[in-house]
Amino acid sequence: MSSYETSGILAAVTLDKDLVTGGVPIFLARNEEEREKIALFVSKSLNAMVHDLENGCYIIIRH
Amino acid sequence: MEHYIITIIIGTLVGSLTRVLLLRVDYRQYPGFPHGYITHLALGFIASALGAVAVPAIMKPDYTAFTFLALAAQQFREIRNMERKTLENMEETWMVQRGADYIEGIARTFEARNYLVMVAAFFSSLAYELAGLTGGIGMGVFLIIFALSFRTGDSIGDICEVIPEKVYFKGSLLCVGNINFMSVGLKEMQGKIRQDALGVMIKPKDDDARATLSNYGQRLAIAHTASIVLGTKKDVDIPEFTPLVRKDPDTGKVALYIVPAEKDQDALVAAVNRTPILESARVRPSKTQAGRIAAD
Repeated sequence: MSSYETSGILAAVTLDKDLVTGGVPIFLARNEEEREKIALFVSKSLNAMVHDLENGCYIIIRH
Repeated sequence: MEHYIITIIIGTLVGSLTRVLLLRVDYRQYPGFPHGYITHLALGFIASALGAVAVPAIMKPDYTAFTFLALAAQQFREIRNMERKTLENMEETWMVQRGADYIEGIARTFEARNYLVMVAAFFSSLAYELAGLTGGIGMGVFLIIFALSFRTGDSIGDICEVIPEKVYFKGSLLCVGNINFMSVGLKEMQGKIRQDALGVMIKPKDDDARATLSNYGQRLAIAHTASIVLGTKKDVDIPEFTPLVRKDPDTGKVALYIVPAEKDQDALVAAVNRTPILESARVRPSKTQAGRIAAD
């Protein structure tokens, strides 16, 4: 919300580590339940939103 | 001299009364606080006094004194800047922002109302001077009615048809009608949205309405109005509940998605219907030759 907060992809939460590489923090989850939980915690901490890529990977984006 | 005093009083009274009647809390929700009222009433009083004093200045005749109206106009331009700045500063703290177009519209309205007040004061003083007390009062009543006709512009309901629409998920994709909005990842949020969200489809009645709805500022104004009237469950850490208005590029229809605090479909339709059309968003392509050719 504040102007000093940057927008963009802040993190990725994935079931398959081969799906994401690159410059964002990647959280590896063992199952879907854990992925939900990590995504929730990370998104709440960052005031950001969770989007589902529907390939086993969630990305956390601040708009 | 005493004669002129009455001229000035009549003009000032008519002007101030006009300002009071033009000031009210409406869908803009502004100014909703006592000090805002005081500022605007005081400025309205000054504007009407200036308008009223202009008549004795001409009658006397003291034509150079008349030029101070130009100075007054300069002052009132400052009001627009003041309003804009205040609203922009408050913008950050709204859960659902008004948008720059809406703010500009409000600021312009406040400036214009002061001119309206000045004109009302001037002409009622002039009427009193030329046609006596009955003339002054008659002119005052006419001008007040004239000024009030400026108060309400068109609203979305006048140019569009607003109908309730289902909010549903295609996989993780949130949709209202046939319009895709965004991907919502968390299952918990999807459940909340299924349970609490409301949607409406806004169908433009003609090509002009389609062009107006295409303006992003106008769409922000719709989302803002809906969230003010029905409340919103959005918070800084729940961006999923941000009201969104998205366009169907093929037909020009737009859909509104909102997670209101008060889930009431009829109230939502009413709120969208009553959203003012922003002056800056209002376009009439059908008034141009090229626009008419395109509409065929």
